[in-house]
Amino acid sequence: MTLLDIQNVSLEIHGKPILRDISLSLQQGRILGIIGESGSGKSMTAYSVMQLLPDGSDTSGQILINGFDVLSAPEDALCRLRGNEVSIVFQEPMTALNPLMNIGNQVAEAIRVHEPSTPNHVAMQRARSSLNRCELPADRFPLTLYPHELSGGQRQRVVIALAIALQPKLLIADEPTTALDVTTQAEILALLRRLVLEDEMGLMLISHDLAVVTDMADEIAIMKDGEIVENLPSQVSFKDLKHPYSRALFAASGYIPARVRSDQTEPLLSVRNLVCDYHLPRASLLGPAKYFRAVDDVSFDIRKGESLGLVGESGCGKSTLARAILGIQKLSKGEIHFDGMRINNEQDVESDIRRRMQVVFQDPYGSFNPRHRVDRLVSEPFHLYKTPLTKSAKQEAIASALRDVGLEPNDQYKFIHEFSGGQRQRIAIARALIIRPDLILLDEATSALDVSVRAQILDLLAELSESYGLTYLFVSHDLSVVRSITDRVLVMKDGKIVEHGETDDVFSAPKHSYTRKLIASAPRFLQATTR
Amino acid sequence: MNISRNIAIGAMLSGVFTIAALVSFVWIPYDIEALSIAERMRTPSLAHPLGTDHFGRDILSMIMMGARTSIAVAFVAVGIGMGFGVPLGLAAAAKRGSLMDELIGRGNDLVFAFPSLLIAILITATFGPSALNAIIAIGIFNIPVFARLTRGAALSLWKRDFILAARVAGKGSAHISVEHILPNLSNLLIVQGTIQFSLAILAEAALSYVGLGAQPPTASWGRMLADSQTMISLAPHLALFPGMAIVLTVLGLNLLGDGLRDFFDPRLRNAEK
Amino acid sequence: MLRFAILRLVSLGLSLVVASIVIFTLIEIIPGDPAAFMLGLNAQADTIAVLRAELGLDASPLERYFGWVTGMLTGDFGTSYTYRTPVSEMIGERLWISLPLALIALGLSTLIAFPVGILAASRRGSLVDTVVMGFTQLGVAIPNFWFAMLMVLVFSINLRWFSAGGFPGWDEGLFACLKALTLPAISLALPQASILARVMRSALVDTLDEDFMRTARAKGLTRKQAIRHHALRNAMIPVLTIIGLQFSFLLAGAIIIENVFFLPGLGRLIFQAISQRDLIVVESVVMLLVFAVILVNFAVDITYALVDPRLRRPS
Repeated sequence: MTLLDIQNVSLEIHGKPILRDISLSLQQGRILGIIGESGSGKSMTAYSVMQLLPDGSDTSGQILINGFDVLSAPEDALCRLRGNEVSIVFQEPMTALNPLMNIGNQVAEAIRVHEPSTPNHVAMQRARSSLNRCELPADRFPLTLYPHELSGGQRQRVVIALAIALQPKLLIADEPTTALDVTTQAEILALLRRLVLEDEMGLMLISHDLAVVTDMADEIAIMKDGEIVENLPSQVSFKDLKHPYSRALFAASGYIPARVRSDQTEPLLSVRNLVCDYHLPRASLLGPAKYFRAVDDVSFDIRKGESLGLVGESGCGKSTLARAILGIQKLSKGEIHFDGMRINNEQDVESDIRRRMQVVFQDPYGSFNPRHRVDRLVSEPFHLYKTPLTKSAKQEAIASALRDVGLEPNDQYKFIHEFSGGQRQRIAIARALIIRPDLILLDEATSALDVSVRAQILDLLAELSESYGLTYLFVSHDLSVVRSITDRVLVMKDGKIVEHGETDDVFSAPKHSYTRKLIASAPRFLQATTR
Repeated sequence: MNISRNIAIGAMLSGVFTIAALVSFVWIPYDIEALSIAERMRTPSLAHPLGTDHFGRDILSMIMMGARTSIAVAFVAVGIGMGFGVPLGLAAAAKRGSLMDELIGRGNDLVFAFPSLLIAILITATFGPSALNAIIAIGIFNIPVFARLTRGAALSLWKRDFILAARVAGKGSAHISVEHILPNLSNLLIVQGTIQFSLAILAEAALSYVGLGAQPPTASWGRMLADSQTMISLAPHLALFPGMAIVLTVLGLNLLGDGLRDFFDPRLRNAEK
Repeated sequence: MLRFAILRLVSLGLSLVVASIVIFTLIEIIPGDPAAFMLGLNAQADTIAVLRAELGLDASPLERYFGWVTGMLTGDFGTSYTYRTPVSEMIGERLWISLPLALIALGLSTLIAFPVGILAASRRGSLVDTVVMGFTQLGVAIPNFWFAMLMVLVFSINLRWFSAGGFPGWDEGLFACLKALTLPAISLALPQASILARVMRSALVDTLDEDFMRTARAKGLTRKQAIRHHALRNAMIPVLTIIGLQFSFLLAGAIIIENVFFLPGLGRLIFQAISQRDLIVVESVVMLLVFAVILVNFAVDITYALVDPRLRRPS
């Protein structure tokens, strides 16, 4: 019998259509990947199977789990199903666990709720073995730990442990690794694959990341605007794709913008023996002051006109390093020189230096004051001019900056909430560009964007660097993006630069063991398409 | 729909009493300082819509004058709270973790240990009772309320990227606090200001009731209730109308505050659509 | 946990010291000569001199401050000028009216607010929610002393179920005393319960939207089970803060309500003392009340840590 059989399912929430005529099926022991960009309805498909939909939802069609009709089942039968026959792993491990309950009880609860006669010590034993299966051994991870004492990856293992505690037949994983670093992502995916094999589960893996899904799944469904546009076997080549959207999606995922390399070797910015420490709260009232060394004796140059990548996982110190360069971070030791001028501590950076250096941040929603109009947002760096511009010169600069990033001069009279994520990132680039800086620091600038939008922004960056001779420092955890747009790359771990070199050399022949691990962890789609 | 209903009812109720207070500057039905023993303790009639008190004064006129006292005290007290609290909160957030932040935090804790009644008791014990005491006592109590609220909300704003962008543009923390932080707090402050306004009206009534607030001949709702207490079995309407004035004003302000909060909350507004 | 408790205890001590300095300065330094102030305008120079000696005003302010503080630590709060009795005795008697009143009101308010708030939150948007929240909206707007007057009007004057005021004294038996405290406690508790129920509701509503509630439902818990086992404890964190704040309002409220019911508690004592300019009594009663508020805040902080492992075992 088919494990999961979804036939012509449509979903409306408060009368608004979310899913249209979805049909999917999944056999035991197989992995079904669902790919889609944000808002495509892929998560709602998962919630429909569990019937964990928001109030005001109306599902039609048929969903069968081993022949059990989910949509006509009463609530108490659904409660018996959830966590027992079907389980789900969510995207955000940081908030998915109850912060006030220890992990043993949270896993054991999944057992007790379905088998209430289980004695407490037996439930705890079974919780223990479930955690062990998820590679959280008893010596380092006792049942009495609380979620806040675990990292994001470890928390996701706890969530998986409680999902598989009763060995369900169907497991749904909704973007299970999106919030995690690439090496942790590889571990969690390997864990999921192992569990599917051991328990002969069916796994429905939902992700926006084409590479993750093509790497794992036996078959793939591509979703767009609440519909399935294409059903594919996993071993697919580009020419098999029929729907234009799938073709665009695959093309954008491995996209490499055309760029011209600069051949200058003169440094624009040089960092020498840089150290940045953060103070930590004292362990005891009278103990010595403690500190955390975020950046540990780092030296490198950025050459004029080049595009330099800085890769590393969260907490490696790359954001602190970026802030130090921008002159908004206290330096503990070492020096930073920009074109011969020294960047001191946060307060007294010369406006001449600031004027020649701008930044684009990750989050297109948080980078703008929501109360200001686009003209005011984009012209904020004019604050750095000692003599204010005339009104007409300012107008002209705003209009040309907006044109440069592919927007209309009239867009300056709008507020930021009137723009999409990709357009906002264009506005962020306009804000960085308006003052004609030499260096633009891109801090995870494409990480929050859907792949198709990301490809457009990468093109724009390549184009601008050519026409204005810009130098980029590209800070990112996303190896494929860094590989596609940088000339040289620095790999950072625990505050140190562990490897640096030409991007192609580092990626094809990594020397440091950490770089090798990092590249091996990146899903295989990367290697397949950037060849 | 619920949101705009709250705002409409709230604005109407608090509007009525504000207008009554404003009208009292130019006109009231009867002079409240002229006593008329012949007219004492009348029940409501055409001549005296809300009746008269034990000195024969018109209760409607006294409630209009009392509205003036309540609103003035609450307005100035909340003004003091905001005027000191908001800058303190902004400064504490701008220099998070500094000695100044720590001092402001401890100072807030300390003031919170003194309910406004205790502050009023201390001030009255040394300076004697007056409406000014009520203003100072309620005002002081409001400072940490606004300081904490501002600091908390400002801290979460300071983490946002648009603040980093402003720092990269070379703006100092005072400049950023005024240009970027404060405008984004305005909704929150309007809502909290409305709530604190209603609490201040309750506090003023309580202080006047125990004799620590407005003194005769200044009319005050709390004072009217205190005077009516001994005659409550003979003339319950003396206690009824000033009390209802307080309840309706406070209710109106609370509805207004709740409605505005929901109106400003983008999550709720989207859910309504 | 221990470290957390010690840190809180240190901050409690510091707050007490600063509070005592503020009170001492306001009462004994700002008026200039407290003796002259207490005796009023018509006092003779020699009576002032006698009182000055009695109060030990010839000593420096610093010495007087330390004398006051060490006195309080050993239970000696000084002697009331008007009654000529030790202040500690006067406070002792009256504290046993004000404190039980505030505590009964706190208990009552919590007992009413929790079920109401939980009911409204778990049926968010329903008719029950709307009606209940409408009532609390009204409850929040009612001044407790006016509510008390209405209660007297209805239950004492019209129905004659309770006497209109006064206190029999604890010697007359628990029942009689509790009966005398019933109306005051209810009139204190209902407006506070309205506030608390609203906080409970909104804290619970926020918690219901948390990701871990979805995890709980995905495990197979019913809606009710998920609320009982997961949401309630998490919602308690903001509710605790308000309960702590409410105690100080209830204490202040108790002082005011005592006026309506002619209860011989701390409120009556302090207002008489103010009108008689008996600064010694005012100073000590205020210090005592501030101490109670600070102590309750300390208890709330410790309860926080018991509820929340993130405070107990910071990672």
